[in-house]
Amino acid sequence: MLARRFLRRHAGVAAAAFLLLLVLLAALAPLVAPQDPYDLGQVWIMENERPPLSRSDDGRRLFLLGTDGAGRDMASAILYGLRISLAIGIGSALVALLLGIVVGLAAAYYGGRIDAALMRIVDVQLSLPTILVALVLLAVLGQGVDKTLMALVLVQWATFARNVRGAAMVERGKDYIEAAVGQGLPAWRIMLRHVLPNCWAPLIVTTTNQMASAITLEATMSFLGIGLPQTEPSLGLLISNGFDYVLAHQYWISVFPGVALVLLVVSVSVIGDQLRIVLNPKLDA
Amino acid sequence: MALLEVRGLVTEFHTAAGVARALDGVSFALERGKVLGIVGESGSGKSVTALSLMNLLDGPGRIGAGEIVLAGEDLRRASEQRWRALRGDRIAMVFQDPMMSLNPVLRIGDQLAETVALHYRKDRAAIREQVAEALRRVGIAAPRERMRAYPHELSGGMRQRVAIANAIINRPDLIIADEPTTALDVTIQAQILYEMKALVRESGTALIWITHDIGVVKDLADELCVMYAGSVIEHGPVAEVLAHPRHPYTRGLIDSLPDAGAMGGIDGMGGTAGTRRRLYSIPGATPPLLALPPGCAFSPRCGRAAALCATRPPAVAEGARAHRCFYPLERA
Repeated sequence: MLARRFLRRHAGVAAAAFLLLLVLLAALAPLVAPQDPYDLGQVWIMENERPPLSRSDDGRRLFLLGTDGAGRDMASAILYGLRISLAIGIGSALVALLLGIVVGLAAAYYGGRIDAALMRIVDVQLSLPTILVALVLLAVLGQGVDKTLMALVLVQWATFARNVRGAAMVERGKDYIEAAVGQGLPAWRIMLRHVLPNCWAPLIVTTTNQMASAITLEATMSFLGIGLPQTEPSLGLLISNGFDYVLAHQYWISVFPGVALVLLVVSVSVIGDQLRIVLNPKLDA
Repeated sequence: MALLEVRGLVTEFHTAAGVARALDGVSFALERGKVLGIVGESGSGKSVTALSLMNLLDGPGRIGAGEIVLAGEDLRRASEQRWRALRGDRIAMVFQDPMMSLNPVLRIGDQLAETVALHYRKDRAAIREQVAEALRRVGIAAPRERMRAYPHELSGGMRQRVAIANAIINRPDLIIADEPTTALDVTIQAQILYEMKALVRESGTALIWITHDIGVVKDLADELCVMYAGSVIEHGPVAEVLAHPRHPYTRGLIDSLPDAGAMGGIDGMGGTAGTRRRLYSIPGATPPLLALPPGCAFSPRCGRAAALCATRPPAVAEGARAHRCFYPLERA
């Protein structure tokens, strides 16, 4: 039913197909990338700063998107970067979702003081600018994939908690929840099996949008040099690395990772937007 | 001994504006296999009675006094854990709106199966069999296929049958139905009433049927409680109460029924042409619970009220045939 409605949204289908392609390329990067950009045996320093569509010195290899300052094939570097950007963006959004579900459901179910206390924490969290929180955290924690993930979860969970609570409050007031209590169901079971499944529609949309913003935020932090270490370069780091070359008219080192990031974020956002329309019958034309 | 005995039940809502006494000394008893009808207008305490019996009052609502004894067990002393074991197993409830009382995202078979699995350790096949049997008993054809349906795929009548199946599935001692047919067509309503009656008789379950429609209760119930402003103002066998009401309020309720539909049946239709009367309505409205009159709560609306009525409330109605009025109507 829902799938069929989504399939009628051409923008959504196109974005989903494109995202699927990106995910596949990223997941299969070691197989599809022309070289492993971080295997020094495969990178030849003399082939650095080659423009797009140039060939390697031995003529065997095409640098579709050129090479960077160290002679790495940009197309390969982007595929590997995509992997990390996607993993961190999706991973952090899902962990934050889980955390938000626990907090939001607890607030909605118990209400009263517990609700007030939890929501005040959420308010404080949301009133701080995300990038500032992430910056401070990473400055304190230091660099690393795990730390970046942690920082991203911390800036996202509050949004989920508030969304889950709002949706759960609406469902909680309905008769079937009282009927479930009347059947003798324990609280946790009512929350997980009866309330939560009815909240999925808005949550799916929020999750998709959060994934897009998490990818952007991670790229921002990596660009600023506080996110991921050089050994695990995401798209943000690639953009940052190529930034110096832009002024030397070697645009491709920075621009192509940027284009990849934009395409990734836009496709996720479009999917989120289309899901919002499909999941809300009032918006479906 | 009666299956259910309620004595002097007082339920209060502690609000910022003061303590509202939603139930003021409600008493009744119910035998196995019998149906008790509770009628009254909005705000008379019908639903609060149901919620009190299920211990489902929330927030400011609290039982202040009284006894609830089910099959010899004092439910006022039951722990929350004991209540969870009772609900859905020994006491079950059917709600007014079947649109709202079924979870929209669960298949009905799964919802019913949950009610069984929660209380009994059984294997999946046995549970499925029990679910199918419950659906069959409420008159759903092809229960095996229907189990796979979501609530939105069923009609209103079907949904309410499912909700009833969910209540009877563990063969409870007591079913509390809070206006379960109000949201349904009259034809479906009649079918469901008929089936409920058969179910109660065959399974020995006691049924409390809460409604604002005396016409519904007339054919279904054995006993009738008429409630007004939180207390039972008249109580007795249903035919007796309807034929010879003692309390002026009960009289008023009966007089405000259209002849054809509820009281006179189809035969009454032709008859009314000659004897057309303007439908009676009781003047005034139910008093707010926070500002009850000092005497009889009905006295400001009562045509028979005298000086005594405004001074103190009449004695609480208890016993098999009781009323709460200083000046009851004589048997006609």
